[in-house]
Amino acid sequence: MRQSNLYVILFAIGLTVVFGGALSLTSVGLKPLQDKQVELDTKKKILGAVMDISTIEDPNEILNIYNDKVKSIVVDINGDEIETDEKGNPIIAEEVNIQKNYKIDPQDRSYPVFMVAGADGKPEFYIFPTFGAGLWDAISGYVAFGEDLNTVKGVAFDHVGETPGLGARITEDNVQGRFIGKEIFNDQGELVSITMLKGEGHTGLGKHEVDGLSGATITAKGVNVMLAKYLECYSEFIRKTKMQKMASL
Amino acid sequence: MSEVAEVIEEPVVAKVKEPSEPLLSKRRRRIVSDPLNEDNPITVQVLGICSALAVTVQFKPTMIMSIAVVFVIVFANLITSLMRNLIPNRIRIIVQLAIIATLVTLVSEVLKAYSYEMYKVLGAYVGLIITNCIVMGRLEAFAMANKPYDSILDGFGSGFGYAWIILVVAFFRELFGGGTVFVGTPLEFDVYGSLSSLFGTALKTNGLMVDSIGAFMLLGIIIWIQRTKNGYVEH
Repeated sequence: MRQSNLYVILFAIGLTVVFGGALSLTSVGLKPLQDKQVELDTKKKILGAVMDISTIEDPNEILNIYNDKVKSIVVDINGDEIETDEKGNPIIAEEVNIQKNYKIDPQDRSYPVFMVAGADGKPEFYIFPTFGAGLWDAISGYVAFGEDLNTVKGVAFDHVGETPGLGARITEDNVQGRFIGKEIFNDQGELVSITMLKGEGHTGLGKHEVDGLSGATITAKGVNVMLAKYLECYSEFIRKTKMQKMASL
Repeated sequence: MSEVAEVIEEPVVAKVKEPSEPLLSKRRRRIVSDPLNEDNPITVQVLGICSALAVTVQFKPTMIMSIAVVFVIVFANLITSLMRNLIPNRIRIIVQLAIIATLVTLVSEVLKAYSYEMYKVLGAYVGLIITNCIVMGRLEAFAMANKPYDSILDGFGSGFGYAWIILVVAFFRELFGGGTVFVGTPLEFDVYGSLSSLFGTALKTNGLMVDSIGAFMLLGIIIWIQRTKNGYVEH
């Protein structure tokens, strides 16, 4: 009987129902918790680009700091603030899906800008999300600039499937620290972005260069492309913000 | 009909009424200890080589991978063993695969909800656990024909047999390839960095070790040492 066709078919159906059901239940049941984790992770990454939050254990405390300090807007490719999407719904910067935006034409994307307030309440850091392709899968990052919108104050890269110990090192503090203090505009005021070099152990780096990752050249190239493309997209916003600052002085 | 099947599947010895076997009898201890050394899944059976090469660049991800594999192999063995008399022979492989895939997906869903950091580290390896031939090998070779408790023991044996080898490989790859040990754990230590400051000259890390070739060489050395010690010869 155990070998009859009917038994095999019924067994297969039963197995599919039981396993499929168990998986769907788990997935639906855990969804709210997972969403909360993703939200917390986003906010952590934004804050992590400018301050050390690794010592804070309590998730609520991180959310409090975030609500307290971070003001976010969404701009378009021309650097103008947009408040509603094409359907007229309000856009929330934290909920803009960078990955989905990455797939559409840069002209039509929504670009979130996160501004972290300093002690005097004015924006001290500007943080731009970025997205691109590594070697195996997507890479993403938050790049934080100082008030001058030129000097990098911190970066927080993330990846989906880069090789641990090679490309995945872009998430390590000592690699991300290499970006701090680098500048994206040259002396003529042109956008040149920041380039991760091939190979590791370089000395005498320029202010637009950072040391590379040995064994992870493709990932490093992915980071370079990601930065260059997104900074280009944010360049209008940067220009307009700088002009406003000049005007208010 | 089912009664007849029962009788056929019961081993002949079991017909003689024996005193019940102690929980950790000699035979059961061997189920656990054999895969650790003499019948090691990696070095003797040469299974699971793919993941042994792919995930052993650093110690911490390797450890997480080991924990996940032990979890999956133990529970997959248990479930398969419980169902062993129900599984139709002709679709047994796909059933085993379904069990493994379900477990692996469960692990990753739970991790995503409760430990997002861990989930991100593990994410890339989840697929590798499903394809790890050690897990399916144990289901097919052991759990399909043995009782649940023995299958759990077998799962632990094979799981740890796999774990200790990749942990040793990862330790040395990280040491020679990155110059550090246990990065990302409380025991993190920059070996090359401290040696350099001690002797005043910078030590160079070995790029070969970061590559999978390094893992191959280390595995070869481990197999060499082990076979010399055990006197194992290929048949």
